Amino acid sequence: MTPDAAEGEIDYTHPELEAEQTPLQPGTEAPDFTLPTTPDQAVTLSNFRGQPVILAFYPADWSPVCGDQMGLYNEFLSEFRDYNAQLFGLSVDGVWSHDAFEADRNLHFPLLADFEPKGEVARAYGVYRDEPGTAERALFVIDAEGVVQWSYVSPVGVNPGVDGILDALEELPSEENQ
Amino acid sequence: MSQTSVNDLNQPVTERDHTYGPADASVTLVEYGDYECPYCEQAHRVMKELRGELNDEVQFVFRNFPLRQMHPHAELAAEAAEAASAQGAFWEMHDHLYEHQDALEREDLDGYAAELGLDEDEFVRALNEGRHEERVQQDFLNGAHSGVNATPTFFINGTRYDGQWDAPTLRAALEDAMRQ
Repeated sequence: MTPDAAEGEIDYTHPELEAEQTPLQPGTEAPDFTLPTTPDQAVTLSNFRGQPVILAFYPADWSPVCGDQMGLYNEFLSEFRDYNAQLFGLSVDGVWSHDAFEADRNLHFPLLADFEPKGEVARAYGVYRDEPGTAERALFVIDAEGVVQWSYVSPVGVNPGVDGILDALEELPSEENQ
Repeated sequence: MSQTSVNDLNQPVTERDHTYGPADASVTLVEYGDYECPYCEQAHRVMKELRGELNDEVQFVFRNFPLRQMHPHAELAAEAAEAASAQGAFWEMHDHLYEHQDALEREDLDGYAAELGLDEDEFVRALNEGRHEERVQQDFLNGAHSGVNATPTFFINGTRYDGQWDAPTLRAALEDAMRQ
């Protein structure tokens, strides 16, 4: 963003600008975290050992594309359940924003607030972008043992779709798929 | 399991598809769409224009991608188009649904079957029995596996087309494909 760029003019269309970090690669143990999902509830990743977990980092509630991406995943919850997989959306927005965004888009899966310290979980997964101060549009599929089995970073302006997630779930060992 | 960037259609176009235009066309345009999606309604107007202009050179294909959580009428509307297809009137119903996108309640759909001169009892039975649910779901899943990420999503000769889809731009992309 140029110094004189007005607020709201963050350039979401040139994701190749700087890749400061490397996303966690398959075979890496997924860093544990606890993040709030509502004003009075929190989610701890390690509580989901025993089932696959999908982490979908995205830049922001309400921005273009994100809504489409989370809306798309919302249509595939029963397919994810077929693999006994739990989906979480993560951004640096706070719980009240998530709450309103979920209600507006009729989302039926938890959004986690990587809000304080800001972006700490995104950094741990290697998908934080300093300049806009948001997460990348990044996907992780974590197996039942808590190991990253697949990761993908999409250009920030591009909805990565659901095919990569479905393929990754399909390739998990079958005893985890249930 | 690394990064994938090219999104190709994993379900080739066959006789099971709803097609418009010659089967031996050099270019095939597949659209995944949702009858309640406002962008798909815009795309439908573009498709009608291009179907008129390029009907000798391009085969147009429509597959279902109902976003059911976002659009509560999309699933049944898709099944209605399939039920019309079973009576040989897919494109008639398809066009009619987009032209009446603001009225997709069940009684509207039954009324459209009558307006189009279909066997209404048979149409009603097909919807009541959910006879075309599986077909719609197959389209939805093969779309997802092919990289459909929004509605509408287009594939030109099997490769996802991520460009603008106003009529002049899409027409130019189709003409490019003809020259290849």
